[in-house]
Amino acid sequence: MKNLINLICLALLFSSCNESEIETYTQHVPTPLALEIPPLFADNILPPVIPINNPQTVEGVALGRKLFFDTILSGDNTQSCASCHSPETAFSDSNQFSTGIDGSLGGRNSMPIFNLAWNYDENFFWDGRTFSLESQALQPVINPIEMHNTWVLAVADLQNDTQYPNLFFEAFGTTTIDSVLVAKAIAQFERTLISANSRFDKHLLGEITLTTSELNGFNIFMDESKGDCFHCHGNANNPLWTDNKFHNNGLDAIFTDYGLGYITGDPADNGKFRSPSLRNLQFTAPYMHDGRFNTLEEVINHYSEGLVNSPTIDPLMKNVDDGGVQLSNSEKIDLKAFLLSLSDEEFTTNPNFQAP
Amino acid sequence: MKSLKLIVAFTLLFLLTGCEENEENTITHGSLTINFSHYWDAEKITSADFNATTYTNESNNILTISQLRYLISNITLHKPDGSSIELLDHYLVNLEGLSSNTSITISGTAIDTYSSLSFTFGFNETDNVENYIDLNSASWNWPEMLGGGYHFMQFEGKYGATGTENPFAYHMGTARVSTGVFESNHFDVSLEGFSTNENTTIEIKMNLEQWFENPNTWDLNTYNTNLMSDYNAQKMMQQNGASVFSLGEIN
Repeated sequence: MKNLINLICLALLFSSCNESEIETYTQHVPTPLALEIPPLFADNILPPVIPINNPQTVEGVALGRKLFFDTILSGDNTQSCASCHSPETAFSDSNQFSTGIDGSLGGRNSMPIFNLAWNYDENFFWDGRTFSLESQALQPVINPIEMHNTWVLAVADLQNDTQYPNLFFEAFGTTTIDSVLVAKAIAQFERTLISANSRFDKHLLGEITLTTSELNGFNIFMDESKGDCFHCHGNANNPLWTDNKFHNNGLDAIFTDYGLGYITGDPADNGKFRSPSLRNLQFTAPYMHDGRFNTLEEVINHYSEGLVNSPTIDPLMKNVDDGGVQLSNSEKIDLKAFLLSLSDEEFTTNPNFQAP
Repeated sequence: MKSLKLIVAFTLLFLLTGCEENEENTITHGSLTINFSHYWDAEKITSADFNATTYTNESNNILTISQLRYLISNITLHKPDGSSIELLDHYLVNLEGLSSNTSITISGTAIDTYSSLSFTFGFNETDNVENYIDLNSASWNWPEMLGGGYHFMQFEGKYGATGTENPFAYHMGTARVSTGVFESNHFDVSLEGFSTNENTTIEIKMNLEQWFENPNTWDLNTYNTNLMSDYNAQKMMQQNGASVFSLGEIN
């Protein structure tokens, strides 16, 4: 009897299959677009994070690129994402703090945008306050000191535009726009912003030879008693040049910005900020979460002589009583030369990353 | 076309009946969960204790912990007849709150009585020259100038009186004898055996106090940072590591 019921059920399933074959679907299927993963990434680190509900597509990336450079998302149509994240500065800007549409000054330095699909913990912003690239993209549009819009108004503008409804249909199969789809498209574009063609990358691939100064600088970077940079900023086997984790690197004795501490509420996290990548430093000045250092010399001097003690300072900051590890002038020059070898000019001029 | 459907239907039916028969078979494999737990002697340590709870070692250094990560490899179950099953190639234990890694479940473990469980702390010489993308992604590499490969442990914190603390970074890996001359620094751990069932959970305990006292009494005033290139410090870590692990609860 049980078997007979099974047979009937199966028969029903088959007949329903026949019916669905007759139905016609008009849903648009966007064209899948695999991320071009550089060999040094594929060989050495885990695959990029791509959410299952937001696969990369040709149409999605194109839409995200248009949105990224479009001032339509801001409250008065004067600013786009690219206003503070422009390609020539590795998708950062050259200001200590960026100015929003109302003239308000931000409180933190604009972060560069590259290789973000490899931020495995998916904590974004200097203080890690959002999880996932999609969630991150939702925030600047409605931040009152940034693009100062509301999503209701931004979406209405997009919906009334002559091009966007069709572009959303091409990318997501619907002409009904919402903030989630905007964020998904921008995140897809951001995941294509891959930087992997610096002098140091070419050195690792055997294409060029680094200078003696650059190689000396790399040794200082990797030496625990010298630079000791590698514990937080990667190494030759980690092309990200960041651990994407949060550290207090000895900037202040008293914090004016609690960083991660604001988010977790744990005093042990006060003064901690996410390690930025050391790629593209040539283009991303000023440096630190508050853009306090204008030059790489100032950054190196900070770690060498300028460390300040505080309750949450990272144990990897050494000789704090003396201000740091006391690098010699020639060591500083070499370290700077190595750091600059991580910059990737082609990334800043890549035609696929410019305004459409 | 219709006959094809019938064949498919009957094949499925046959499979369904087959399933019913299988249910009567004896279950031979189960899941084994390994929980890594951490103690200061008998006092349990979690990431909630980081930067907060103070501990005193045999040298009377008062310390707090801010990070604990360590690598174990070749995690293997041994049977009384001498045969063995490798459960895991390697595992990076991380006590940190948000991205903690202190428990792993291995399914398909043969239900049996095992005479011991063994693993290597760190990597042996052969394994330490391989390229591991998961460990590279965690920036777990050990500098080439110190022999390369990977860290075995990063145990960090601060010691000294409140307000005047100094950092310690008890980092372990390959030992550098002299420029270009290196000595492997892993050690093997063997814990007692146990029996498994369909769902077994075992606890591997690390007593952090042992890193500072047995057999070498460790004074943080002498050995605190820059330990990676310090041959004596590396060998003392290896020796002290021998007594840090034990088998805890089995359920």
